[in-house]
Amino acid sequence: MSTIKSLEDLKRAREEALKKRELKASSGTVQVIVGMGTCGIAAGARDTMKSILDTIEKDSMNGIVVTQTGCIGLCEKEPIVMVVVGESPKVTYGKVTPEVAQKILKEHVGNGQVVKDHVLNI
Amino acid sequence: MRELSLHLLDIAENSISAKAKNITIEVVEDLKNDLLKLCVQDDGCGMSPEMAAAVIDPFVTSRTTRKVGLGIPLLKEAAEACNGYLVLESKIGEGTRINVQFQHSHIDRMPLGDLTTTILHLLVANPPVHWVFKYRFNDHEFIFDDEPVKKELEGLPLSEPAILNCLREMLESGIEDAKADHGS
Repeated sequence: MSTIKSLEDLKRAREEALKKRELKASSGTVQVIVGMGTCGIAAGARDTMKSILDTIEKDSMNGIVVTQTGCIGLCEKEPIVMVVVGESPKVTYGKVTPEVAQKILKEHVGNGQVVKDHVLNI
Repeated sequence: MRELSLHLLDIAENSISAKAKNITIEVVEDLKNDLLKLCVQDDGCGMSPEMAAAVIDPFVTSRTTRKVGLGIPLLKEAAEACNGYLVLESKIGEGTRINVQFQHSHIDRMPLGDLTTTILHLLVANPPVHWVFKYRFNDHEFIFDDEPVKKELEGLPLSEPAILNCLREMLESGIEDAKADHGS
């Protein structure tokens, strides 16, 4: 039988996260927004979201805020992911498979290189 | 959609659109009575009876006043194909509750799928909402309420790697534990 994670574990996780955030505090916030309308979900947006959360977890990427939005009227381009790094303008990506999502996190969020192949011009 | 957990995500998205502050998601696997039950309850803006009827059956009612998708009708059809049902109760200003039931062992029943990812996703991406997730397997229940979690975090985003990891393990171990054979 597995042990259930408790709030004590969460407390430790919080302290760990706070320490890491302090180290990164200067580089500004990153916002990642995933389209989660019925169209997005049907197109696989949850797997895209899973890939984003997994990458953040595995690569210990701090200071990223992940949110979601509803259908933005581009259902045929779903799953859609938007990335806002600091003061830079928002970049919208279409047809974001779990693999592409990972690439976006590593290249765009991690190194500031926009993944041009998947940018939507809107 | 091929997983019930995706449908749960879809219904919860409706609750978010309805500006709900409290959303409770319940999954019950009752093998003794061969039932699988899902329930999503919110305190969002609610719907008029006409709107509620339209949401359930979008092709019968004239489509002039509203903007609804196909998520709920598809789930209703899936439930009815498995000797089950979908019931939607809604009151303007009070909220909406959707109950779905399936015959657990029915060959056409969709798998539950990745519940943890669905819940984790909803928690992380919608911090203003108070989420309660209940999972029951026969007599064993796991309840995850995000209020104490958020209190503990004191405003730290849930998308921090260490927090994500901890939350995922909380959910996974809770569900697993409910499913485990307790020797009864």
